[in-house]
Amino acid sequence: MAGDQLNAEGVSRRVASFDIRYTQYLDMEGRPVQPLPALADDPEQIVSLYRAMVLHRTFDAKAIALQRTGSLGTYAPCLGQEAVFAAVGAVMREEDVLVPYYRECGAQLLRGVTMTELLLYWGGDERGMNFEGPRGDFPCCVPIASQIPHAAGVAMAMKYRGEPRVTVTVFGDGAMSKGEFYETANAAAVWNLPLVFVANNNQWAISVPRNEQTRCETLAQKAVAAGFAGEQVDGNDLIAVMTRLSAAIDKARDGGGPTLIEAVTYRLSDHTTADDASRYRSEAEVEENRQYDPVIRIRRYLVNNAYWNDDKEQRLEQECREAVEQAVQAYLDTPPRAPESMFDHLYEKLPVAYAGQRDELVHKGEKS
Amino acid sequence: MTEMTLVEAVNSALAYELDADDNVIVLGEDIGVNGGVFRATVGLQERFGEQRVLDTPLAETLIAGVAVGMAAQGLRPIVEIQFMGFIYSTIDQILNHASRLRNRSHGRLTCPLVLRAPFGGGIHAPEHHSESTEAIFAHIPGLRVVIPSSPARAYGLLLAAIRDPDPVVFLEPKRIYRLVKQDVVDNGEALPLDTCYILREGADVTLVSWGGSLHETQLAANALAVDGVDAEVIDVVTLKPLDVQTILDSVAKTGRCVVVHEAARTAGFGAEIAAQLAEHGLLNLYAPVRRVTGYDTVMPLYKLEGYYLPSVEQIIAAVREVLEFG
Ligand SMILES: Cc1ncc(C[n+]2csc(CCOP(=O)(O)OP(=O)(O)O)c2C)c(N)n1
Ligand SMILES: [Mg+2]
Repeated sequence: MAGDQLNAEGVSRRVASFDIRYTQYLDMEGRPVQPLPALADDPEQIVSLYRAMVLHRTFDAKAIALQRTGSLGTYAPCLGQEAVFAAVGAVMREEDVLVPYYRECGAQLLRGVTMTELLLYWGGDERGMNFEGPRGDFPCCVPIASQIPHAAGVAMAMKYRGEPRVTVTVFGDGAMSKGEFYETANAAAVWNLPLVFVANNNQWAISVPRNEQTRCETLAQKAVAAGFAGEQVDGNDLIAVMTRLSAAIDKARDGGGPTLIEAVTYRLSDHTTADDASRYRSEAEVEENRQYDPVIRIRRYLVNNAYWNDDKEQRLEQECREAVEQAVQAYLDTPPRAPESMFDHLYEKLPVAYAGQRDELVHKGEKS
Repeated sequence: MTEMTLVEAVNSALAYELDADDNVIVLGEDIGVNGGVFRATVGLQERFGEQRVLDTPLAETLIAGVAVGMAAQGLRPIVEIQFMGFIYSTIDQILNHASRLRNRSHGRLTCPLVLRAPFGGGIHAPEHHSESTEAIFAHIPGLRVVIPSSPARAYGLLLAAIRDPDPVVFLEPKRIYRLVKQDVVDNGEALPLDTCYILREGADVTLVSWGGSLHETQLAANALAVDGVDAEVIDVVTLKPLDVQTILDSVAKTGRCVVVHEAARTAGFGAEIAAQLAEHGLLNLYAPVRRVTGYDTVMPLYKLEGYYLPSVEQIIAAVREVLEFG
């Protein structure tokens, strides 16, 4: 039989096997390496996502600058991973739910969270998590991987109610070493949930490189052990991420269950503004990876096809700067919260037991 | 009116609310066909189906996290953790997420879940099956911690916990799961949370307890009554948020207080009650507050658990001490 193997102890039989696909459409020059999928027929959408990626990058740079000048707390930049988050934001429907970690401002912006709200959050104000746009989306999640089971619960609610909605959760390569990832992947298959797992494999978890995180050849194959499909995409290739993510989301919406998409990227920035990556990786490695930059790649594609030019680029840069400046101004102009408001959303109604502590705080705030 | 044990009352409350509210989902390990290891969910899957009463993979962090996601979507998940000894891997989800989701999102997302677990010693269970670690949860802002001590209270309080708009950890004293039967009216009426229950009025000393220890506390109060000592017995019921006023009012009357709990003494919840009495009721006290508790040891395996648990004699001795003080 195929897969039978003779060894010293006798014959053993292959009982399972798998293979993991990798998808890429554009090379570094933005040239197709294979016939492009249908979505390339809609250049307007690609242009608009390119614009979103540039806005995201402008916002990112501004957030770092604000942190450096003391106007923002610690921020996790996204440089080099914009294509993944543009794809997530573009492919999900409004009624779907995003359960993010902390590096996907780009996806949040496309789903309707405002830059001002994001700045409020990173600037140490809970109001930034009460965003007006996607009311069902989860806010950022700092404890690594702990958001992943929430996504299964959200997907379970969608399934229970028979709604054609999908949940997407995003996490890093480091998160995939945690139990929450394994536990949720396992349950998502058992329950056949409308859930798409998106791994942003940016090669580093702070200072720990991907190969010290796991000996798996791909992160995508971790889905196989849980009993569902996993695949890799070139995370620097917007068209590849969109295409494969779209397929996974459609499948989930049609009752086909979960998929894991491993987007292979590179974290071009420090881990956060509190990190100094030069302590653990070489500038040469970072330099090497700049050539795969997802923003440059999709721009080259658009320019190659005459959908984009220098003139448009200059106008876009100007627009993005203005939009970001406006958001920053709105952030800086946001009146501070009353200190005692920290009691306002603790419970639906503040229990009598804590009314005294609230009063204490009111008086603490008073100048003597 | 039906005669029920505490565990049957839990079952009845779950059934009532599953029937009344489509948003209620019960999930946990072995709770379906098997009806739960203590039979708290017996018959529920048969009656309400696998969509409503869900056996999960064996993964506690997952279960708690899934409940957070469901609750954020407006469902009312009720999680069963098989034993308190296995609840600890849910703490990340409870502390980092369930208890603070409302606060983080300023009310945009909420977390009306209930996490049920049997707890406490006294049933000769294997290692890790007998601890009382309620104080860990009582320390978490944004959470409610509720502990019933009779069938009727288990029924009404569990209904209240399910209907509460915020997360509730509901700890069931398994030692008294089947100790007594009591008439319970299965009419869907909830009992109030966030309030202590006075089980016995008295003028000489205030006995404060919760969960399984109330059994010994009440036996002690009865024995003391025979000797002419009139003890007031308070069932704390909701540890968080604590209704300290009821305790303060009682101590204002009696001037003496003994707190009884199974959990280890240091930083046990009795310490919070003693501290609040010191802060707000010191001048009403004729004697120091006494605690009768488990020891600051690892909960022993069952050969010695009888020595670990607070006994009726210990409680009576503590009461004598505070009565004779000074
Ligand atoms: C449970 C937990 N452990 C440790 C940390 C500290 N920490 C923050 S980010 C991070 C690395 C995460 O790496 P990865 O999952 O690859 O995501 P990336 O930041 O690279 O996008 C660590 C260890 C944390 N936030 N949560
Ligand atoms: Mg990483």
